Amino acid sequence: MSTCEIPKLTSLEIVEGKSVLPKGWKAELSQPATLDLGPAVLELIRRSTSRLPQDVIEALVARRNAEAEGSRGANTLDTMLENVVLADEHVAPLCQDTGNVIFWVRHPFGVSQRRLKAQIRDAVAEATKRSWLRPNCVAALSGKNPGNNLDPFGETHPVIHFEEWERPGIEIQIMQKGGGCENVGAQYRLPDAALGAGRDLKGVRKCIIDAVVKAQGQGCSPGILGVCIGGDRVVSYERSKELLLRKLTQTNSDPALAKFESDLVADLNSLGIGPMGYGGKTTVLGLFVEELWRHPASFFVSISYMCWSSRRMTLQVEPTGAAVFE
Amino acid sequence: MIHLSTPITETAIRALKVGDEILLSGKVILSRDIGHKFMVEQKPEWLKPILEDAVIYHCGPVVAKNPDGTWCFVSSGPTTSIREEPYQAEVLETYRVRGVIGKGGMGKKTSGGLQKVGACYFHATGGAGALLAERVKRVVDVKMLEEFGSPEAFWIIEVEDFPLVVTMDSHGGSLHDEVLATSQARAQALMS
Repeated sequence: MSTCEIPKLTSLEIVEGKSVLPKGWKAELSQPATLDLGPAVLELIRRSTSRLPQDVIEALVARRNAEAEGSRGANTLDTMLENVVLADEHVAPLCQDTGNVIFWVRHPFGVSQRRLKAQIRDAVAEATKRSWLRPNCVAALSGKNPGNNLDPFGETHPVIHFEEWERPGIEIQIMQKGGGCENVGAQYRLPDAALGAGRDLKGVRKCIIDAVVKAQGQGCSPGILGVCIGGDRVVSYERSKELLLRKLTQTNSDPALAKFESDLVADLNSLGIGPMGYGGKTTVLGLFVEELWRHPASFFVSISYMCWSSRRMTLQVEPTGAAVFE
Repeated sequence: MIHLSTPITETAIRALKVGDEILLSGKVILSRDIGHKFMVEQKPEWLKPILEDAVIYHCGPVVAKNPDGTWCFVSSGPTTSIREEPYQAEVLETYRVRGVIGKGGMGKKTSGGLQKVGACYFHATGGAGALLAERVKRVVDVKMLEEFGSPEAFWIIEVEDFPLVVTMDSHGGSLHDEVLATSQARAQALMS
């Protein structure tokens, strides 16, 4: 069997050269009243929309080499990898569905969330103008599209989660979650008589298998699954999505759940759904499971499905004010 | 690999079978949720000459305007097709379309339309937006841009060697049905 190698993206030097941030740009962390992270957020969007994370690329290559040579599965994974290289080279969106744009912001005491929110929204509008984001925010009933990715009430798009932390720097994580994969997410309430699923890990496993079979190729498989057990309906779904920010190389700190994850990935890849649902040995790239506390009467299993084009990136504004993207 | 060009004849489309890998060249019209509802409810006459013997593509592209006022496609992969299931068969019959490009496959009603009209469902690689935009040679025109917004408008484009797989043919065959049945059987075994 011939194998495919890990494709090389453009060097960090070239990426820095195309940055919207002037060389040596620094945030004025000591001046919260005038602090402006807008340009750094714009650069974060530029990179996340066009550069797939290295761990995802490596997982795609490993799975490509596990598919039979010349099969539709192998050919499809080759097309995906070819797309990854082109998007990076041209700074073009990896996928035309640039997703719901979601941010997680962690900041020290004293930083104004209102100001940061305005800066993030401006950056999203600017990225849309530059064709790095598709105008994806429309009125629910009329379908009216303002064209700038901003909902007029500042509530639903972009989604921004804020949290104050004790560190001196600021962290902003972005996720671009496409509509196709968002639509195949699912929430189960255990026990589930139809599935024969009780309130234990065996029951959780059945929910996950059921969701992946129902998704088929429609979430753009091979997918990455974030699964949250417990919580209320809202927190459970929210955490399951946040889990998708993890690197595929990161193992669960709970050894029992780590084993559950790796065993189930192997089982899911035996379903035969394959890349894009054409059949094959690769249906998922990874699975992250987390347990939360819950109300005694409720036992939710919430599953967020991320497409193979898992666009996520982190901006660290260091205490010196320097911006680091990873 | 089979090369296919628009306008597509009924003979050419009937010769295609599930699993065939295609390189499509010629005229393609983008349409998705609002467009399909519109085509079925309003049945606009002006779309007929545009769609006849051509191919519909379920896609909401990322576009950019060139300095001279023309458009170019920046990223343009397929969107999930099943949302058009209530409309697709009627659209095929009304407009005599020879093919539909999308992802995820479609249902029984659409399969009936494909068989009746003589058309195929072509699957494109989801997420391959940058690669597929490279195969778009020219944006010929755009209709209903103001009314529907850019992701939903009828973009009329010319493609060259657009890589596709036939996953539903004009004889009732569906790769999606086959994969669904196999995966459901395997899931049963895994859960027992």
